[in-house]
Amino acid sequence: MHLFTLTAVEAAQALQRREISSVQLVRDIYDRIDNVEPQVRGFISLLSREEALAAAENVDRMLKQGVSLSPLAGIPMALKDNICTNGIPTTCASLILKGYRPPYDAHVTTALREAGAILIGKSNMDEFAMGSSTENSAYHLTCNPWDLQRVPGGSSGGSAALVAAGEVFFALGSDTGGSIRQPASFCGVVGLKPTYGLVSRYGLIAFASSLDQIGPLTRDVQDCAYVLEIIAGHDPRDSTSVSREKERYTAYLGKEIKGQRVALPVECFGEGLEKEIKELVMGALAKCTEVGVSVYEASAPSTAYALPAYYLVAPAEASSNLARYDGIQYGLSIRSGSNLLDLYYATRSKGFGAEVKRRIMLGTYALSSGYYDAYYLKALKMRTLIRQEFESIFKDHDFIVTPTSPTVAFKIGEQKDDPLTMYLNDIYTITANLCGFPAISIPCGFVEGMPVGLQVIGRPFDEGRMLQFCYVLESLLGLKGRLAEMKLKEE
Amino acid sequence: MKISRKEVEHVAALARLAFSPEEVELFTRQFNDILDYINKLNEIDLEDVEPTSHVQPLHTVLREDEAVPGDSALLEAVLREAPETENGFFKVPPVID
Repeated sequence: MHLFTLTAVEAAQALQRREISSVQLVRDIYDRIDNVEPQVRGFISLLSREEALAAAENVDRMLKQGVSLSPLAGIPMALKDNICTNGIPTTCASLILKGYRPPYDAHVTTALREAGAILIGKSNMDEFAMGSSTENSAYHLTCNPWDLQRVPGGSSGGSAALVAAGEVFFALGSDTGGSIRQPASFCGVVGLKPTYGLVSRYGLIAFASSLDQIGPLTRDVQDCAYVLEIIAGHDPRDSTSVSREKERYTAYLGKEIKGQRVALPVECFGEGLEKEIKELVMGALAKCTEVGVSVYEASAPSTAYALPAYYLVAPAEASSNLARYDGIQYGLSIRSGSNLLDLYYATRSKGFGAEVKRRIMLGTYALSSGYYDAYYLKALKMRTLIRQEFESIFKDHDFIVTPTSPTVAFKIGEQKDDPLTMYLNDIYTITANLCGFPAISIPCGFVEGMPVGLQVIGRPFDEGRMLQFCYVLESLLGLKGRLAEMKLKEE
Repeated sequence: MKISRKEVEHVAALARLAFSPEEVELFTRQFNDILDYINKLNEIDLEDVEPTSHVQPLHTVLREDEAVPGDSALLEAVLREAPETENGFFKVPPVID
């Protein structure tokens, strides 16, 4: 049996029982990468086999000495390329950060390093996390392991594809409008965007600071709980990181979900949703009712305005955050002109790709004098209305369930030239970002051989119960930890 | 509200981005499509709604203002990434002609 087919927790348990070694896991993962990475191309940069093996040997030595390690010690994983790694290139898939080596680790990088997880590489993404297909990477495309003609979703498309292809046991992504959940849905893996403030953003290269959250992409719900337990927690270096007691998310797994109440917002099941996807989500919920969950229709009419609000708030924050790329302190710098202004224009125009420029422009416009009240302020008010509607649903329901995406993974190139159609991919996911609520996507079936995701949105900091719910649902659906079947190179 | 080519050029200058005439043309068109969509927000009466700029109850997080000893290795790592430095400073082209 190949070790890469195990879930992270299965591999970790075999490690703790000393049936296998971390070195064996790393070797098996690199063999798998050699086999499938030329087709998938989920990595932007890959650590050398020797570097990863050295880290694995270290974990094996400690296990041998009887040192008590975290449950994920010795497990190979990947980080999205907008998460800073000390001395290892972190590019945000942008030319403006080509070759940039951060002088520090992100909070989550440190947390995983200290837990003994083995970093294998940095995963591909849409440039600065702006996109829904990973086609906006300045470096290369990533293909969906379930069908190489299709996109893996985005912006954490590399992370999702690597997990689905068995090239890593888990990965981290970031989610500003759906960037963990939509690729998780497209690639048939589990993806969680935690409550805003649960995971420190220190060292996450900022896109839209009031919306960004880091979260896990994993093979199943159990793995998700284990990874979340490691990365969640207060960090004084992120002033929006919430100070609250550490929770044991894994303790929720296996408890029954009888009596829980689920709301279905009718607005998320109407026009634009593929019929087969709707049937799969409804079928999954029918299974929940068999174990004592009640399902109710609900209404959140303001969600129809979430997307326009998002496409003002996110670009506005991005235009401000991306003002720092000026060619002076780090990254690309084009110094052919005669003065500072020339340097700015030349560097930024060459360094940013089309979608990033489009959003900087939109955000600059929305914040510019005379338009602030007409656009940005209205979007912030809309944000209040949406949150109020969701809070009122949560008064007497535990969770809100929707499809993660209105379609399955689309063909590469299909939506590339139509920004507005591309934005519609996020229609069910952005609400959670605008409100700061936690939301998770888990696989709920297949349409024409492509995975479909179901989204569960919860109350702030209710990740434990969401994972409990999803753990039961996953087992009812029998879709746990399935990898994409890939044609291998001739051996 | 329609945005003109001239406005696109103005916004580009604010954002320190340069575009070819063809790019300005394309951006103007895409901009108007996106703004048409965003203008959906005008369908709702938002007069008396409080804006949410942030989802958390915001309070300013403060720390003690203590001097931290300099870390020469960190300084070196930071400057290593800089396109041009001189005597431990970032070097920039002339600011005033």
